Amino acid sequence: MIDLLADRLYYLVSFLLLGVGTYMLIANRNVVKKVIGMNVFQTGIFLFFITAAFVTGASPPLLTAPEPYVSPLPHVLILTAIVVGVSLTAVALGLVVRVYEEYGTLNEEAIRQVSHDE
Amino acid sequence: MSDLPALVVALPLLGSVAVLLGGLVRPRTGWPITVVTALAQVLAVGTLATRAFGDEPVRYVVGGFSRPFGIELVVDGLSASMALLVAVVSLGVLAYARTAGPRSNPFYATYLLLVGGLTGMSITGDVFNMYVFLEITGLTAYALVASGDGGRSALAALKYLLVGTVGASLFLLGIGYAYIATGTLNMADLSDQLAAVGYQDPLVQAAFGLLVVGLFVKVAVFPVHTWQPTAYAGAPDSVSAFISALVSTVAAYALIRIVFTVFTVDFLADNGFAQTVLAVAAVVSIVVGSLLAVSQTEIKRMLAYSSVSQFGLVLAAIAVANGTALTGAAIHLVGHAVMKGGLFLTSGLVATETGARSIDGYDGLAERLPSGAGAFGVLALAMVGVPPAVGFVGKWYVALGAVEAEAWPLAVVIFASTLLTLAYFARIVERMYFREAPEPAASVESAETGATTAVVTDGTGPTGDQTTGSAPRVSLGMRATVVGAAVLAIVLGVAAFQYGQLLEPTIERLLS
Repeated sequence: MIDLLADRLYYLVSFLLLGVGTYMLIANRNVVKKVIGMNVFQTGIFLFFITAAFVTGASPPLLTAPEPYVSPLPHVLILTAIVVGVSLTAVALGLVVRVYEEYGTLNEEAIRQVSHDE
Repeated sequence: MSDLPALVVALPLLGSVAVLLGGLVRPRTGWPITVVTALAQVLAVGTLATRAFGDEPVRYVVGGFSRPFGIELVVDGLSASMALLVAVVSLGVLAYARTAGPRSNPFYATYLLLVGGLTGMSITGDVFNMYVFLEITGLTAYALVASGDGGRSALAALKYLLVGTVGASLFLLGIGYAYIATGTLNMADLSDQLAAVGYQDPLVQAAFGLLVVGLFVKVAVFPVHTWQPTAYAGAPDSVSAFISALVSTVAAYALIRIVFTVFTVDFLADNGFAQTVLAVAAVVSIVVGSLLAVSQTEIKRMLAYSSVSQFGLVLAAIAVANGTALTGAAIHLVGHAVMKGGLFLTSGLVATETGARSIDGYDGLAERLPSGAGAFGVLALAMVGVPPAVGFVGKWYVALGAVEAEAWPLAVVIFASTLLTLAYFARIVERMYFREAPEPAASVESAETGATTAVVTDGTGPTGDQTTGSAPRVSLGMRATVVGAAVLAIVLGVAAFQYGQLLEPTIERLLS
């Protein structure tokens, strides 16, 4: 069991991050913390992809392809996904600023009360 | 014109850049450039569609990298109809948004980006490419929802963003599993490789689960639908019409693509549990979506919950997985887009004219606003499924498919869904035609408050000639779009049987 866990440590960590991210998204009342939770969640997925491409003792296929080599495709995919993640975070933070300007608070409960009073 | 598949994706993206650049020179160029791009898009997609409804799909390899390695664009009958739907609806909503909508250049640029993202999702043949287009669609949809005035739309967009990102991330995780299992991302290649790995393999099953659940969020299937009513109610009218007509529709198309092109019917046959989950999600969405719609008083929220229920119907067709039901799903996707988009536009028209945003305001609307009430009535009855409207044909095929597959419980729910739809639309039709209009004094007052809420500018360089505070009038373009949607709902219904026959080779290929 311990061996199995040590073997799969990277996967474990990436799924731990997924769990932490989901918890932050659900449990936090502060919208900035929700955005951070979203980022943690995505990072878990990035790590999962990179782990899947990892080969012990392999080198990157630059110019020549030495055996064994690391598959470059997941790295490229994650590069794209990171760019997407950055733009998502930017849009999210922009919206957070708008929400703060409008309601004067970042707490979800407080926002709900303000918008019900209208 | 062999580069046409690449062109239809590139055209709106280039158009969106042109809008921003043009805005630097002259501030009012946004709308003309957008219209020209949307028109060109309709023409290009139309030309492409004439070639796609054949025995063989149109294939295009981007950048000349051969098939399993490069990104491939595949246009068959189903994807062509989605791309055409996107092009036509975007042009229609644009005519409406001329006077009603947010009118800044950034709005038009984002609008065209969304068109590009949706078109890309429709015709891509590569799962990771689909994820990227899914995120482009998502990002622009969040930005468009936030283009309304005030904190409500920003808050709605933020909620939409957080939930939508989780959905797209799960989709990405599913792609990861599928890639680990097979080492490929091309859809056609994936379906061969997945069959070779074996449909009972846990890795393959996990990939299916994550991809499907990720798309459930985007389609707004019952337990993960919560973002949708908030987003649709918080967005400006033209945006909620555009998004409700297209974003969930193309996500549902992606679901069909993933389930039938990538995983194939054999996967469903091998994994009865997956099929059961799809069927249960469909039933719950149909019933609970309708019940929630009945309990709403705000028109736009009611229409949003109605979408949850209508997409349950498409999900039911996917669970049934035979040719008749899938034809029904395709017809219903197109029909629902026209009907629901039209209903949102009509509700916006009514709100601009009378200030009514809740059901109470629709009392005696037929006298005050005959065109609006007429369009709303026709579209509502079309949605319920009164023949010869398109809502009837879609439901009929799906129900027939369920009967053919002898999925009796599902068939019962699909038939009952018509009554459930009637439950929330009939009361509005009754109010519009059989009740007295409220006292004139009250309606004038509500018209004033409606006017102030309907003026929508996002403060980033409005290009219109209107100043905040003056009531936007209902323009000819707005009326024409609304009436056009109602007419289209009937015409499509008449043409739907021919369309079903046209789709036959595509559906057969999907199921083989």
